[in-house]
Parts: sequence; structure tokens; C-alpha cells
Amino acid sequence: MKLNYRVVIFIAAAIFGLALSVPSLLNLQKGPKITLGLDLQGGLHMLLGVDTQKAIESKIKSLASSIKYAAEDEDLIVDDFKIKDGAIHFELLDKDDMPKMDEILKKIKGISIQKEGLKYTITLTPEEIESIKKYAITQAVDTIRNRLDQFGLAEPTVAKQGKDKILVEVPGIKTPQQEQRIRELIAKAAHLQLMAIDEERAANADRMTPAEAAQYGDVILEDAQNPHRKYLVKEIPILDGSMLTDARVAFDQNNQPVINFTLNSQGAQIFGDFTGKNVGKRLAVVLDNKVYSAPVIRERIGGGSGQISGGFSVKEAHDVAIALRSGALLAPVFMEEKRSVGPSLGADSIKASMIALITGFVAVVIFMLLYYGIAGAIADVALIVNLFLILAIMALFGATLTLPGMAGIVLTVGMAVDANVIINERIRELLYEGKSVTKAIEQGYANAFSAILDANITTLIAAVVLYAYGTGPIKGFAITMSIGILASMLTAILGTHGIWQMLENRIDKKKLNLWFGIKLEGDR
Amino acid sequence: MSKAKIFFTLSLVAVLASWVLIFAKGFNYGIDFAGGTLVQVKYEGKAPIDKVREAIKKSKIFEGASVNYFGSDDEVVIKVRTSSKKLGTDIGDEARKLLADTGKFEIRRVDMVGPKVGNELREKGLMALVLAIAGILLYVSFRFEWRFAIASVLALVHDISIAMGALVLFNVEVNLDILAALLTILGYSLNDTIIVFDRIREGLTTVKSANLANIIDESVTRTLSRTTLTSLTTFFVVLTLFLMGGEIIHGFSFTLLVGIVVGTYSSIFIASPLLMMMGFDVENYRKKLADKKRREQEKEKMRAMYEQGTV
Repeated sequence: MKLNYRVVIFIAAAIFGLALSVPSLLNLQKGPKITLGLDLQGGLHMLLGVDTQKAIESKIKSLASSIKYAAEDEDLIVDDFKIKDGAIHFELLDKDDMPKMDEILKKIKGISIQKEGLKYTITLTPEEIESIKKYAITQAVDTIRNRLDQFGLAEPTVAKQGKDKILVEVPGIKTPQQEQRIRELIAKAAHLQLMAIDEERAANADRMTPAEAAQYGDVILEDAQNPHRKYLVKEIPILDGSMLTDARVAFDQNNQPVINFTLNSQGAQIFGDFTGKNVGKRLAVVLDNKVYSAPVIRERIGGGSGQISGGFSVKEAHDVAIALRSGALLAPVFMEEKRSVGPSLGADSIKASMIALITGFVAVVIFMLLYYGIAGAIADVALIVNLFLILAIMALFGATLTLPGMAGIVLTVGMAVDANVIINERIRELLYEGKSVTKAIEQGYANAFSAILDANITTLIAAVVLYAYGTGPIKGFAITMSIGILASMLTAILGTHGIWQMLENRIDKKKLNLWFGIKLEGDR
Repeated sequence: MSKAKIFFTLSLVAVLASWVLIFAKGFNYGIDFAGGTLVQVKYEGKAPIDKVREAIKKSKIFEGASVNYFGSDDEVVIKVRTSSKKLGTDIGDEARKLLADTGKFEIRRVDMVGPKVGNELREKGLMALVLAIAGILLYVSFRFEWRFAIASVLALVHDISIAMGALVLFNVEVNLDILAALLTILGYSLNDTIIVFDRIREGLTTVKSANLANIIDESVTRTLSRTTLTSLTTFFVVLTLFLMGGEIIHGFSFTLLVGIVVGTYSSIFIASPLLMMMGFDVENYRKKLADKKRREQEKEKMRAMYEQGTV
């Protein structure tokens, strides 16, 4: 019995397989572990779409408010300022203001300007629209990731998928209620706007239609707590959440949760100027198109901080603060696909597939043993090492094990012994032909190799295609099957060959029944 | 070989019947491909299925929904063709509210696929099947000969067609996992075919007779025990998966079971006779091989002469 290089590699593979699969099997804290897919550990998988059109609309709105602010700053008199069909329209009253207005507009990138006398029409260039759309998606990815990170759940995944979709995966969700809360947090536009109330017409807010309001450049917004209460506010906001630097939950004198926010220096400047000019009028604090409060401005507010109050629960306030801090979604997201699995179902699936795996495995092991004798036992050893190797390789690369992935492992058990069946059949054939044991083994392996290689490669082709075109769980199937096939080349071909080379001199030609499960004529 | 005609007729009938089924009745697409929502609810004790049906009637979202037991009688699935784009309150949350009075339950799974994604998944799925077949065709032509490739792919089409026919016949819901099963059958059945073809390839050079029928007969016989053995072990494990793997994996393992049986049958009785029908010429193949060998030998000779400096 001499060690040969094949056996050495095989033993090394076995040790590697055992060592690296132990952390996963025993659920140890240390060491590389297999990640369980969402279908096995429970969790939320979503594919979100992004309504990029909305991002363009809001870009135009904020463009409008910055033009308006700049014009007022320069004391230009602008009339009939409105947004219609994705374009900003306004008219200058004084021809002498035109150079100054042109100066203002020149500083803004990505717009095209059409002039008709004193009438201006401003639209976004197609390139700008494209880049806003693109930015809306990357921004949504960052924002959602930020929000989920701050929510404090283990390792959420947020990634752009394809051209315009966002993949969100959140493992470890315990209850449907918690899942709903997470979904709401993601969906929250968190669009904070400070808007001026149209005091001249405010009294008519209840009677006005949206179309009438639009004539005056106003919009009608509902109260956050009482939807019947309406406010008439100027459509173009004074400033929005993009100038916000921080938002924290605090409690007011009645011990109600409120959100304190801080503006950046530009925001503070605008806020200060506006409040200074509009003492005595009301200012609406608007979050996602609902008015939370509309206090009367008593004096100029410097320092750039404000408060949102309005009957939040503590949980809500917490989530709103997270959403505000991580930024508004430029464009609303919507659900294209969702898969959520409760933790108990995942546990059941693991149990069921483990039972199937063990039963199938035991059946195959016993069958091989009965049919091939010691040759079967050697194949079984290779099969066991193969299983550990699959787990070890998956753990090493941090691959995800899914339910179809488990099925892939079960299937590998059936297919991995195939190589040994082919080899053993070849060896038997040669033994029947009267070849010596050593020769039969060597030639058997040589003859079987091309068939096994071709068969495995074609299966691999199918697996690779599956990986490229599959989603989540199906990818898991392709992974375990590919790893299983590659590992079986090592264990079932190289490993068993090495074992035979060690043993071949001890094989008693008279006991071929024990070794290979065959009876030769000469034995009788 | 002599019985090839009978098997061909049998297979032809089965394939045609499958196609008729597929086109006439069509697949029972699950939500992955058709879009829709699935809610799986587990009750403590027996599920009050009538109450569930009654309860979900209250909402328009669940119009035309089906409610069925799932695996055991304490679990039900509600399936509906609609999907909602809303993130905040989705159909699962809606179901939770509606079912509140039906007993103690836990919502274990909510799957929702929007119509756009459903279409995309279906297109991708078809693409995957086509690509896999093309890849295999290419590899087999490279390793064997083009007639081998055509024969093996025809055998594959045969297997996949019959497996798909079985899906329609038994009204198995077609989801992504079924697609994975079909692709696995592709790989698996090819496995079998290639092992027989490998023997034929070997036989072409070792068997004295130039009669293809003899070579094929010999090769099929010699690989027969291996084919049946491997099919048996694989069949075993898939059967355990089918019986014990749980309801979710049922359709998947069913498809595999059909595929293994059909795949084994086709690699023994269909693939090799196809090779014959396509007029594979043994003499010609041998001549080509001999030519190739001669060329290589000549090259060797030239090199040897070159190295000795005689040229």
C-alpha cells in the first residue's frame, strides 16, 4: 500500500471539505458559512420599478422655484408663472429685465429656452431628461439602501437590476407586520416641502376645484390627520427636502413625537428670507403632499431649523425621520415582483428537503454496496466526500443555498455515482475479457474518461445557461449542480482511481465477487 | 435495431400527442409566467376553506381567486391573477385583514409577479431553453460529428416535448422551477445519449464490422447496464424528493421523474437509430480518421527529419 498523488489530492479534498462545511453544518459563529436563500431562511425579495416620469416632473418644479427665487432676488417682475405640459412658462413685464433674466437662465444647465417677445418657455433638453431618469434610479437605489441600513436589519441587499429595476432583498423578517413596515419605509417618498399658503384665496379652499386653483398657480392639499380639511398653497414650494441635512425624532411639550429638521446654509438663507418677508402669513409644512401643520409666521426664522408635528406614533416618527435623513426618493417606486417567505415555511422546507436528501443518499449508498461490493463502497466514499465538498465550496465563496439548490444537491447524489457506475462497468467488462485486475482498472478508467467528460460538460452547459437566465432560487439550483458536477470529477474519477491504485495489489483474483460484485466463469 | 420502427412509431405518436395537448389545451402557467398573486396560509388545525372563500369575497382584489388545500389540510393557497403595484399595503396585507376572523393563522408566503415581469420571465425562459440546446448542439458537433449532434438534439426535443405534454396532461402548474427541471432533463437525457454515442464512437474504430447497425447494437448493449443503473439511482433520489420533499417542490420533482424515464428510453431506443437514419457512413468516417492519422504521422516524420537536419 503506497500513497500516490491521486489519493493525496483526494484526502486533501476530503479534509478541505470537512473543515469548511463544519461551520455551516453545526451553525458555528466562526468560519465561512453558506448563506441560506430567502426561500429557506424567510425574508422579503422584491423587484421594484421606478416611475422616472415623476422625477422629471419634480425636476421641472424645483427648476421653476429656483428661477422664481432668483428673479425675485434680482427684483425682476415676472408674471403668469406656471408649469404646463412639462414646460415652464412666464412673462416679463419689463423689457429691460430681459438681459438679467437671460443671465439667470444661462447659469442653469440642461434646459432649452424659447422666447416669444417677453414670453419665456423653458423645457428640459432630451439629454437632460435621459440623465435625470438614470439618476433617479441610482438615487433610488442609494436612498433605499440607506433607509434599510438605518432601519437596523441584518444585511439587506439593494441593487440595480437590468436597466430600470431595483432588487431589494431583506432576510430575517419575523412577522408580516414588520414586513409591511419595511415596505412602507421603502415606499415613502419623504418629500418635504415648505410651501406658502395663498392667503388671498385661502378662505375658498374648500370650494375650489383643482383646475380653478391651478389658474392662480395654486394647489389644494389635504391635512395629514383630517382629509376633509383643505389648504390652498402656492404650487411652487419655497424650498424642499433636498436642502435638508438632518432629521431627528424629538418630543414636544405634550410628550408627542415630532421631527426636528435642519437645513443646509442655502436652505437656511432661503427660509430666513421668506419668513422675514412674510411675517403674519402662514407657512405649510408639507410631507408627501399632505399638510402636517401650517403655523403663522411670527418673525424671521434664522438658523435653518424647523419641526414637523402632526400626530405621529413613535414608530412612524422614527421611520419618517429615517426617510428624511436618507433623502427623498426623486421618483416613486412601485412593486413589479415580490416574494416573501415566513421563517416557519423556510424551516419546513429545509426539513423536508433534508429528509429527501438523506433518504435518497442512503438508498443510493446501499444500492451501490449491494451491487458492486467493495467497488460500490469506494464509490460511496467518493460520494460522501463529494457532498462535503459541495458544502465547503459554497461556504468558501459565500454562495447562497436555495430550495431548488437543495434539490440540485439531491440530484447530484444520483448523478455523481454515475461516473463510478460507468467506470465499474468498464472494469467489469475488461475483467470478463480476462484482463488482469491492474490492467482492467487502468484501462477501465482510461476508457470511461471521455464519456464522463463529455456527459458532464453538456450538463454544465445547461447549468450555465440556467445560471445566466435564472432568477434567485433557480440560480441556486444552477450553482449547486455545477459545483456538484465539478466536485464529482475530482472525487468520483480522481479519488476512486487513487484508492484503487493503493489497493490493486491486494485484490485477490478469486474474490472478484467481493471486490467488484461479479462472478467469473473461472470462479466456479 | 430490428424493433426500431416500433419505437419510432411509439415516440412519434407520443410527441405528436404532446404537441396537440400543448397547443390545444396550453400550459397551466403559474404566477411566475402569467403574473398574479399567491398567498399561502397555514392554520392551527384544519383550515376552514369555506370560510376563507367567503372572507376574501369581501374585497374586489380577490375577484376570481381560487382557494385550495396545499399539501395538507391545515394549509391553503389563495391564487389570483391580479397584482398590485402598491408597496405600502399589498395583497398579502389585504388578505391578512380579510381573514382576521377565520381562525388562528399565519401567512407563510406571499408571491406577487406583475404582468411585465411575467412576460419577461417567460421570454427569458424560452431563450434559456433555446440557448442550452444550441450550446449542446455546438459542443456535440465539436466532440463527435454533426450527425451525432442532430441525433442527440432530436432526442432532446423528443424528451422535452413529452415532458411538456405530461405537464399539460396532469395540469401541473408551470413556474420557474419547472423550467429548471426541463433544463435539467436536457442535461440529464443528453448525459445518457452521449454515453451511448461515446461507445459508438469507440466502436467505430475497434469493431471490425463496417455495418453501422451492428456497431450500434453492440454499443447499446454494452452500455445498457450502466444506463439502467444510473437511471435507477437517479430515479430513486428524485422519487424521494417527490414523495418527501414537500409540496413546494412537487411540480419540479414530477417533471424530473417523467424526464428521467423518457430520457433513458430515448437514449436507448431513439437517439442511435436516428443516427442511422441520417445516413451515417462508417467507411467514410473511418477513412477520414485514417486520413487524419496519416497527416499527423507525416507531420511527425517531417518534424523528425527537420530536427535531424536532413531537410
